[in-house]
Amino acid sequence: MSENGKPKFAMYWAASCGGCDIAVLNIHEKILDVDANFEVVFWPVAVDAKYKDVEAMADGEILLTLFNGGMRNEENAHMARLLRRKSQILIAFGSCANEGCIPGLANLSPVEEIFETAYATVSTENAAGIRPQPETQVAEGVLSIPAFSPVLRTLNQVVDVDYYIPGCPPESHQIAAVIDVVLAVLAGKAQLPPKGSMLGVGQSTVCDECTRVRNVRKITGFRRIQDLECIDPQVCLLEQGVLCTGPATASGCTALCPKAGAPCAGCYGPAQGVLDFGARMMSAVASVIDSNDAEEIDRILDGLVDPAGSFYRFNLAHSVLRTGRASWNGN
Amino acid sequence: MTSANGKRQIPRIGVYVCHCGSNIAGTVDVEEVAKWAKERLGEQGVVVAKEYKFMCSSLGQELIAEDIRKERLDRVVVAACSPHLHEKTFRGAAARAGLNPYLCEMTSIREQVSWVHTDKILATEKAKALISGTVARVREHSPLESITVPINETTLVVGGGIAGIQAALEIANTGHPVYLVEREPSIGGHMAQFDKTFPTLDCAACILTPRMSEAGSHPGIHLLTWSEVEQVEGYVGNFTVSVRKKARYVNTELCTGCGICWQKCPKNVLDDKFEVGLGYRKAIYTPFEQAVPRFPVIDRETCTYFEKGTCKACEKFCPTGAIALEQQDELVSFQVGNIVLATGYDLFDARRVPQYGYGRLPNVFTSLEFERMCNAAGPTNGDIVLRDGKTVPKTVGIIHCVGSRDRNYNNYCSAICCMQSLKFAHLVKERTGAEVYNFYIDLRTTAKDYDEFYQRVLEEGTLFVRGRVAEIIDGAQLPGGDERMVIQVEDTLAGCQRHIPVDMVVLSAALEPRADAGEVAKQFGISCSSNGWFTERHPKLDPVATMTEGIFIAGCATGPRDIPNTVAQGSATAARVVSYIAQAELALEPIRASVAEATCSGCRICNGLCPFNAIVFHEDRMVTEIMTALCQGCGTCVAACPAGAITCTGFSNDQVIAQIEGMMAVAFQPEPV
Ligand SMILES: Cc1cc2nc3c(=O)[nH]c(=O)nc-3n(C[C@H](O)[C@H](O)[C@H](O)COP(=O)(O)OP(=O)(O)OC[C@H]3O[C@@H](n4cnc5c(N)ncnc54)[C@H](O)[C@@H]3O)c2cc1C
Ligand code: SF4
Ligand code: SF4
Ligand code: SF4
Ligand code: SF4
Repeated sequence: MSENGKPKFAMYWAASCGGCDIAVLNIHEKILDVDANFEVVFWPVAVDAKYKDVEAMADGEILLTLFNGGMRNEENAHMARLLRRKSQILIAFGSCANEGCIPGLANLSPVEEIFETAYATVSTENAAGIRPQPETQVAEGVLSIPAFSPVLRTLNQVVDVDYYIPGCPPESHQIAAVIDVVLAVLAGKAQLPPKGSMLGVGQSTVCDECTRVRNVRKITGFRRIQDLECIDPQVCLLEQGVLCTGPATASGCTALCPKAGAPCAGCYGPAQGVLDFGARMMSAVASVIDSNDAEEIDRILDGLVDPAGSFYRFNLAHSVLRTGRASWNGN
Repeated sequence: MTSANGKRQIPRIGVYVCHCGSNIAGTVDVEEVAKWAKERLGEQGVVVAKEYKFMCSSLGQELIAEDIRKERLDRVVVAACSPHLHEKTFRGAAARAGLNPYLCEMTSIREQVSWVHTDKILATEKAKALISGTVARVREHSPLESITVPINETTLVVGGGIAGIQAALEIANTGHPVYLVEREPSIGGHMAQFDKTFPTLDCAACILTPRMSEAGSHPGIHLLTWSEVEQVEGYVGNFTVSVRKKARYVNTELCTGCGICWQKCPKNVLDDKFEVGLGYRKAIYTPFEQAVPRFPVIDRETCTYFEKGTCKACEKFCPTGAIALEQQDELVSFQVGNIVLATGYDLFDARRVPQYGYGRLPNVFTSLEFERMCNAAGPTNGDIVLRDGKTVPKTVGIIHCVGSRDRNYNNYCSAICCMQSLKFAHLVKERTGAEVYNFYIDLRTTAKDYDEFYQRVLEEGTLFVRGRVAEIIDGAQLPGGDERMVIQVEDTLAGCQRHIPVDMVVLSAALEPRADAGEVAKQFGISCSSNGWFTERHPKLDPVATMTEGIFIAGCATGPRDIPNTVAQGSATAARVVSYIAQAELALEPIRASVAEATCSGCRICNGLCPFNAIVFHEDRMVTEIMTALCQGCGTCVAACPAGAITCTGFSNDQVIAQIEGMMAVAFQPEPV
């Protein structure tokens, strides 16, 4: 508790786009409840505080930390460890912290390749071929920047995590609902959910909230949404040949994308209890491909232009296949 | 494993390693494995680990039962053969000692280890890894109760060939009602087309027709011919079947089977079914004289009335006014407890072997054509003649294995063609005195009295040439050739090419699964082998049951076989069915899938996948449900559900992952080799 008796709140961004912070601010007047009930001690996007302020805190001094972003470099991982120590409740907030999200797709490439792309494109003026170095000797001494990690790791691959709020970004109404629960707990009117729970999600998957009509599934071919001449506004997109990952994605977003005519890309991550989103979705799709002929099946699957990006867009870093300890060393 | 207060208890697990004589012990150091399990898996809760020569023996089972009682074991792992073989045995032993049988789990260190490896050290390591995985898995188990369902005493038999007739009669004779559904106008199947049957040469009709009429008049058998099963729902004990009775256009209440209608019908039709294109029937017909039931059917496709709107000769002449041209198909629906599928086979289409010229060379016949020709009631009144209908052949070539044992068509042996070809050789000799050549690859005359029959045919002077016939050449096309055909073959015994002129060729075509066998299998929720025959539950120990409880299979629908074998299978299905009926209710394995309704999104991915038709979708609530009694726990839907809403008892994520982790724990730290 702080001097004013309010519990302390922190929010941090590691490797992320900043959308999660915006989503929290986007809860409108509910943000006033946060301010009324918490002392915001650390939140780089909103308040001025330094790392050393956090380091100076006692262990467990912060009640609640929302941590967004993946661990792309040593600084990210350092902050994760630090905030873990200082927080009673650490929540992986948003897709990056939960499962790696778009930055996690870089795990498909070795570091040299990532640097090659970032520092040697036509639009980059870098004739000397300079690459980031963790330490550089200059006249005044040694300059250091955080070392780039071999792969991006999710929050729970680095520290122990209490709860998970998925989404890219989490929907504001879901954030507001979680805040209500926390406030109720503080007021002694509710109990904390079991450790490890996913918060701010439904029990089912996106199809549950989607209003499109679906029939018994039979996939005869895949098309990208932009290749469809006209999209039937009523019928399930998967049935129209568009790879919608709604069936495998945790509900909670109110099926925003499919309702608007765009396939669900899977930003809310897997349903509770599912270990590997991509594997689940792939085995679902494979089960309903409507052919027994090997060549035709190949032809149908060739219609999937970007399998890794389609099935693992948000969860590659957290997929079972890519989380073997060996792969954390960049193998 | 959790206790009532939610705390994790340490289980007490017994591990039993079987030698299986030297089957396992020859390749796996079983003593070492048992010692290791006791020492290294103690932390996992293993309190007893023993090896024994034959775990499945009564002494072996007693060993387990005694430990369950004395050591208060609450989990048992038996490392032995495949669960397919002895899971029941060991679960039974556990149950007798008071342990829930589903807390006993097997791991296969015979089929998956000793039989497939030679290196004893590595095989021993693998056995340890498998046991470690199973111990980890069994820790996650909870007690399961089997499901009981009542058994309706009525049975459905599909297919009225000799297999179906036999099954129906045997069941009905025990006093339990039977529906016998046959798609043709008469029961009888292929056997009704034959003249004589090997090896005894008794007349097919003489032995078949008494059975047919017995089935036709049996008070316990409800015969539905010219009918097909349209839909099957439900599960063992409680199937609901609907059958389409195709319009016969004959009122069977009034028809006496006098035959005046088909005598008077002016429309002759080539009979490509029963007479395989050698003879004619009328538009109103029964396939053969002794048909059961005796009522004719009108073939809409060829009847003049249905074509032009006039004629009605049959109606005019029918003395009882039985012709009912306005009749419609009728759907009947009834409940049965068990189903026997005896749908038989199709004959291989000999046109598929172009070099044998069937369909192009007039005097090349198929085996079924030849059967009809030999039959006294057939198109030639039993005379063996060339296609012109009068010339008696002087030389006949009979070719075995057409479409069988040939990787271009079917890899399997059709089992009956050797004997059927010998039968033909005998009939040709007997009726024409012609010279007969049999071209064979191997002669398979293994059943009772079969080889004696072969000796007899040999003595009668039939010539045998070993070799697969390469080609049948139209003799007229050869320089100086005559009207005869020439069979070109490599005689593999003489080691030379031969060209044998003949007047007539008979192709002993393969037996193939029915063209619609796959659809029928899907309809009844059973599976087919890669060749297309219905798959038995166990090829040796349960040959007439299927993986779907309550569905049995008999006769050639399960693979090529002769009549004695077919009849035996018909009887066997009857025994199985009657034993189920006698039990009144049946205990079913509790290994089944279920849907967590709150998690199911109604995405419908799983809806069309169940091979046993166990999945239903509730449109109103937009959720999927699995009919527990129908589910066979195959796991197809579990793997497909993208929401993770389906789980299968005994195969939860926790159980499977624990097993993998348990295995990996050992596999990644092998002892130094
Ligand atoms: C040329 C030839 C000669 C042979 N000679 C001998 C011999 O001498 N001795 C011997 O032991 N064996 C002989 N056989 C083998 C013999 O034919 C079989 O063993 C026997 O006929 C198999 O009987 P079945 O009842 O299993 O099948 P089938 O006789 O094929 O009967 C199946 C029945 O099911 C019906 N049916 C199929 N599908 C459906 C459906 N979906 N719904 C309803 N009804 C359906 C069919 O119309 C048919 O009536 C010979 C075979 C051939 C090809
Ligand atoms: S459009 Fe997507 S979310 Fe909607 S029902 Fe189809 S698969 Fe599910
Ligand atoms: S209507 Fe004529 S053609 Fe048709 S079955 Fe009767 S007699 Fe034959
Ligand atoms: S596990 Fe699923 S697919 Fe398999 S039998 Fe059961 S319901 Fe059908
Ligand atoms: S696949 Fe799963 S979520 Fe989809 S309908 Fe079936 S049970 Fe429900």
